[in-house]
Amino acid sequence: MKLKFDKNFCEKCTTYDCLTKCQYMRLDVESAKKEIMRLINGEETFILNECVTCYACEEYCKKGNHPFYLITELQESKGILPAPKPIVKQWINMAIPTRKDTQYFPNSREPVISLCLFPEFMRELRGKLFEGVSFILGRHFYCQLAYLHFGKPSVIKERLPKIIENIARHGFKEVVFFHDECYSTFTSYANAYGIEVPFRPVHFFEYLYNKLKALEDKVKPLNVRIAYQRNCSTRLTPDKEQYLDRIFELIGVERTQREYDKEKALCCGGIFRGQQRYDLFVDVQRRNVEDMVKSKAEYCVFNCPYCYYTLAERVYKAGIRPIMLHQLCRLALGETLR
Amino acid sequence: MNKKEVHKALAEIVGEEYVSDSKEDLYIYSRDPGLAEPHEADFVVLPKTVEEVQKIVQLANKERIPVIPAGASLSLSGLTIPYKGGIVIDLRRMDKIIEVNRRSRYVVIEAGVTHGKLKAFLEEQYPDLCHSLPEAPPSATVVGNLMIHGQGHLAQQYGFNSSMVTGLEIVLSSGEICRIGSCALGSYWFSLEPFPIPAGLFLGWFGATGIVTKAGLRLYPKKKLRDVEVFVVEDPNLVPEVIYRVTHTEMAEDITTSAQPYPLMFRDIVMIQIYITGDEEEELEFKRKLIWSSLRDIINSKEGGFMTLAPNMKIAFLERPMSNITRFADVLKGGGFVYCGAIIPIDMFSTALKKLFEIASRNQVTFSHTGRVIGRGHCMMFSFAYPFNREDPESMEKARKAIQESYIATLEIGGIPWKPEPPIQRVLLEKMPRETAELLKRIRSLLDPNGIMNPGNWSV
Repeated sequence: MKLKFDKNFCEKCTTYDCLTKCQYMRLDVESAKKEIMRLINGEETFILNECVTCYACEEYCKKGNHPFYLITELQESKGILPAPKPIVKQWINMAIPTRKDTQYFPNSREPVISLCLFPEFMRELRGKLFEGVSFILGRHFYCQLAYLHFGKPSVIKERLPKIIENIARHGFKEVVFFHDECYSTFTSYANAYGIEVPFRPVHFFEYLYNKLKALEDKVKPLNVRIAYQRNCSTRLTPDKEQYLDRIFELIGVERTQREYDKEKALCCGGIFRGQQRYDLFVDVQRRNVEDMVKSKAEYCVFNCPYCYYTLAERVYKAGIRPIMLHQLCRLALGETLR
Repeated sequence: MNKKEVHKALAEIVGEEYVSDSKEDLYIYSRDPGLAEPHEADFVVLPKTVEEVQKIVQLANKERIPVIPAGASLSLSGLTIPYKGGIVIDLRRMDKIIEVNRRSRYVVIEAGVTHGKLKAFLEEQYPDLCHSLPEAPPSATVVGNLMIHGQGHLAQQYGFNSSMVTGLEIVLSSGEICRIGSCALGSYWFSLEPFPIPAGLFLGWFGATGIVTKAGLRLYPKKKLRDVEVFVVEDPNLVPEVIYRVTHTEMAEDITTSAQPYPLMFRDIVMIQIYITGDEEEELEFKRKLIWSSLRDIINSKEGGFMTLAPNMKIAFLERPMSNITRFADVLKGGGFVYCGAIIPIDMFSTALKKLFEIASRNQVTFSHTGRVIGRGHCMMFSFAYPFNREDPESMEKARKAIQESYIATLEIGGIPWKPEPPIQRVLLEKMPRETAELLKRIRSLLDPNGIMNPGNWSV
């Protein structure tokens, strides 16, 4: 599997947004050009050590030229680990299927939602929005994309074909991915490496929007101000966010205008902690939450469970209610949360 | 006296209701949850007062009947099994929390008070105080834990739980009631010192020199907030250095270690759990930063790092005591679990871990290691733990063999088996200089001339 990367795009680029817009490294156009050329030529560059793996350069590059995937390839080929060895080992071992993991769900029928490694959400995805859905979940369906954070794309490439096969043998035409990272794997990452995906990946936003639209007469606008926490993999597939804004409109919430949203969104910080960048973790969380408070948000809405686990406590302590997107949607339908 | 007469005499002391020689009762007291061979007692009694204990011991001494004091009998190494029959004295009806002196930070309890009861009581009545809570079931008794030199969550800061004793009330084999510490002179139980400290004649003896009926125990400040950081390394040789650095900061409350093959994310790594406490978030953050900073160059070398804990993992780590340990105990189903707690110098951590891997592999058993730093790193408890299935004799035999080898391994690396079962006590006595063993024998003979106190334990 070879990364589709066209160096001509970079040679003709005039802005080098991939690096100049980076929120964790400071580069002007000149130095960005120099460093991206080093990356293209597979040379040593500080980028490989300093990259915090926030994925944002994938969104900043409007040519779709996958600068972040290139960085991770080079990190691995040069043996640069963004995190300590035992931490990387834990993450790699964590996703190895065991005898307890289900490989095939014989009774599952479309619409089917893949819950990734978040079984706890089976209890949550209930009510009108989820009537009649089936779930697949567990290590046999884990997308593996997290290894981009650890400079180990080879693990993804090694395991992904089997994961795709595990899903495909169910014969689904479409699979809804609850975890944004899974959706981005089966779209952006698979495209970048020419991996065939024999089903249509559907983002959870699209599913929620269509369901809400069908239930529009039952929706009671919430009339609250929310801050939205973008997650890292959303940078790989930003187009689906059109559904997010339509969802917010449907359920009557206002996404507050704040500094750290959209392209300038800050990472939840979880991966910085895993990479042992503790001061950065604290600083980014502080700035992010202060920004939410300043924007007078009443809720902080999460799409990614990992972001929620990382940031929810800090958000709560700042007087803002943390909530997952599907929970917010259920509230708009008058349902009671557990 | 014949057996019937002894029964009658015991019933006159504690009441008919609290003495039994029924098969079903004797069955329960004939064993503990470990692998030691069961032996049946002749009677089980449940006294309510020290005077009742006194009368039982006087009767036993006169009739040369063995007495075995028992708390919850959870040592897992057969320390309350009546190897020579006799009377098991179950102290759990003596469960009064007699006094808390808040300003002097101590509590006085009867011998049957459990860790669960004391913890719940302090949380409700004195939320700014706590005692050192071991990773034992809540039904384990506090005094039982003192008698085996147990360790709790404050062991890293203050040492073995037995070093937190401020006073003892003991019934000697003669039936005399003896008090040790400030409580010998007045009503305060604040300190054993500055007397000569005869408490050592009783602590760690498993009841072979006297029956402790009351204890004064130090309490410590309980902070409002508690958190955990988990540092992981692949190379076990790094563990002593990590512990040294973290203890040097003096920021940690408790430091524990763990290693196990399952789940897979824990395989081939060692985890060092570092607990921090504070009354304010700022205090926690300050401590956290110093601890991270102390390990910065190990982190930068990529040889170790702090885990990011998912909420459910963090909850499990912060539980006191940790219920996950009971899950491990039942991992093979059938509810069997045995461990050898080795008290070792921290330098020997990687040698001990290597021994554990070898023993587990040789005996084809699964395993778990947990450890706890004691007293700023002066030593640590290193457990070799093996689950087994009680319904599967082969599984029991494998675990039995593994645990015996673990005791031997402990001695080979220069450690001391903690709360060893009687056969291992005998090995220890043989290994120590003859003069030392003779001294122990003389102490025991002096305090128990008729050899009635928990015979089989520390018998030279």
